[in-house]
Amino acid sequence: MAKVIEPAAAEQVLDLKDMTDARVSLGRHGAGLPTRAQLSFLLDHARAREAVWTSVDRAALTDRLNGLGLSVVSIDSMAGDRSIYVRRPDLGRLLSAESTDRLKQTGAGKGYDVAIVVADGLSSSAVELNAVPLIEALVPKLTALNLSAAPIALANQARVALGDPAGHALGAKLTIVLVGERPGLSAADSLGAYITYGPKPGNPDSGRNCVSNIRDGGLPLGQAAEIISGLVRDMMKTRVSGVALKAAVAKLPSSTV
Amino acid sequence: MAYKTTIEQTVFRFDDLKTLLAKATPERSGDQLAGIAAEGPVERLAAQMALADLPLKAFLGEELISSDDDEVSRLIAERHDPAAFSAVSSLTVGEFREWLLKPETTHDRLEAVTWGLTPEMVAAVSKIMRLQDMIAVSAKRRVVTRFRNTIGLAGRLSTRNQPNHPTDDSRGIIASAIDGLLMGSGDAVIGVNPATDAVEDYVRIVSLLDELRDKLAIPTQTCCLGHVTTAIQAIERGAPVDLVFQSVAGSQKANHGFGVDLALLKEAHEAGRSLKRGMPGANVMYFETGQGAALSADAHFGVDQQTMEVRAYAVAREFDPLLVNTVVGFIGPEYLFNGKQIIRAGIEDHFCGKLLGLPMGVDVCYTNHADADQEDMDTLLTLLCAAGVNFVITVPGADDIMLNYQSLSHHDAVYCRETLKRPPAPEFEQWLAEIGLTDRDGALIGEPAALSSYVRSSNLIGA
Repeated sequence: MAKVIEPAAAEQVLDLKDMTDARVSLGRHGAGLPTRAQLSFLLDHARAREAVWTSVDRAALTDRLNGLGLSVVSIDSMAGDRSIYVRRPDLGRLLSAESTDRLKQTGAGKGYDVAIVVADGLSSSAVELNAVPLIEALVPKLTALNLSAAPIALANQARVALGDPAGHALGAKLTIVLVGERPGLSAADSLGAYITYGPKPGNPDSGRNCVSNIRDGGLPLGQAAEIISGLVRDMMKTRVSGVALKAAVAKLPSSTV
Repeated sequence: MAYKTTIEQTVFRFDDLKTLLAKATPERSGDQLAGIAAEGPVERLAAQMALADLPLKAFLGEELISSDDDEVSRLIAERHDPAAFSAVSSLTVGEFREWLLKPETTHDRLEAVTWGLTPEMVAAVSKIMRLQDMIAVSAKRRVVTRFRNTIGLAGRLSTRNQPNHPTDDSRGIIASAIDGLLMGSGDAVIGVNPATDAVEDYVRIVSLLDELRDKLAIPTQTCCLGHVTTAIQAIERGAPVDLVFQSVAGSQKANHGFGVDLALLKEAHEAGRSLKRGMPGANVMYFETGQGAALSADAHFGVDQQTMEVRAYAVAREFDPLLVNTVVGFIGPEYLFNGKQIIRAGIEDHFCGKLLGLPMGVDVCYTNHADADQEDMDTLLTLLCAAGVNFVITVPGADDIMLNYQSLSHHDAVYCRETLKRPPAPEFEQWLAEIGLTDRDGALIGEPAALSSYVRSSNLIGA
């Protein structure tokens, strides 16, 4: 057992705030937060709620992606608007009939390896800030792996699993869904990447690999692109994704790893 | 078979047991999403009345999900203990509610009936109980578990210190853990939700937490909440794994969505026990559950989300866990739309878990797309303390910067200690005093050098 130690002198007190963005060392009055910290928390909550309810500017995203020489196709889920989308995740996972047709035409006869789907998810700011730079870092890495990429699909009112029907309609071997993650209080701009080999409607979530918290101050974009392309490489070799991927990679002959 | 109630000449008919249970469930968005909820309050009451008249034995005769298709149903059927059930076997669901509430139904009687109850019976009775009913019964039922300390003793409340970091940064994790320890949080577990699922990171995180626990001689346990397959690999590499964690749900298909089945959980349980890091006979498993998990995996088979949740407890109790908590407000507004639904679900989950013999805790929490706020959490926490919850989860300033949701703050734990008079596990309470964090009355008094200078003495994170 530790022995009793005198409270530290002021100069020994460690500044935990230098070590994490978490709300550490807030101080307290009884069990209560200091007033300023209390109100600042409420302001952040108000902002996060606003972020959930704002729409992505698809026209602007399309221009930026076109500027990188990438073509774009706009698609929609079966959730007609934001308020339906929040209550009906099932509709956010289904592709509208019109979008399905559009993707089938886009993919017909192309035999794409990879489909990149940008889904608004629950944070428009994550998509607007981070999706384009991440794609810019990722596409050359896919090219270096000799993989062909379908036009970028910009998906509205879309959940992660929308990538399954989208990738399937495009006829792609693998999908990378970049989705606006549910905003937290401190970070409303986190992007998540969900990678699935063999996209088809009904894939279980355990069949995906996830790279989360992609943002400035979280997982830096360059590093995220590196991790995603590494997963893509492993999946293309093993034809497996999700929780079984690690074991499948371990079984590969060492010369191919 | 079909069930009927007549209210003022209107006959309400419910085709089968799962329809009856779904229609009898207090309103929540998840059942509406699944298209199985009552049309309105009168139909709901009709279902509750029919349910109240149903003999408990009916649940032994009609499976909600066939054992032929589902290993969770098979487990429930195999584990049902007719001798334990005999104390309540003649009762209807409505009479069972009354039996539970009677003062003569003491802790020992509730404990004796534990393995005679199926998840479906417990879910059913909860549907016709108010919050106060469930709190009154839960408060009688203690479930005590042990690893390096004793959790769930009467009048006490443990806390999970959850020092998550968006990139699993070692210094960030330790800073957050120390912030919690300085506020007296962490006797249930110091447990990190990792951002990645790499074995290397898992090993690094448990090693980091183990060094903190060991150097400060904290009578608690640590956990990295990665997948069981990652935990098994880490154990094979000799990592210091105290608790093996897994999310579980109430059907084989939903568990498949989590990448587990009963055989894999058994393997994980044995791997955890083989390390013998706790006291003899220690509980080594940690499970999380939550209403909506099965529905979100399209693995609910038309069964309401609260009954599916209680079925997950049948999975959990098979492996003698140290800790189980529902992540009640985490799964989202499509399952529990607002503060009222989250509060009711938190009280239900705790009640049902305790009746089935689980060391039940609650992650009192909500997300930014739900219609809820910190005041709803104040209400749920206070009610749970009245109900005798084993533990809750706390994070710095109620803001989990990795999982992007709001749980309780370490400050809220101080409120439970000082206003609601709920001290932590006795071993941990003694440690808090010995290291200089609390005075003789258990009030927080200072910032001992051992904690504030810990970072400089750590071998694993460096200065």
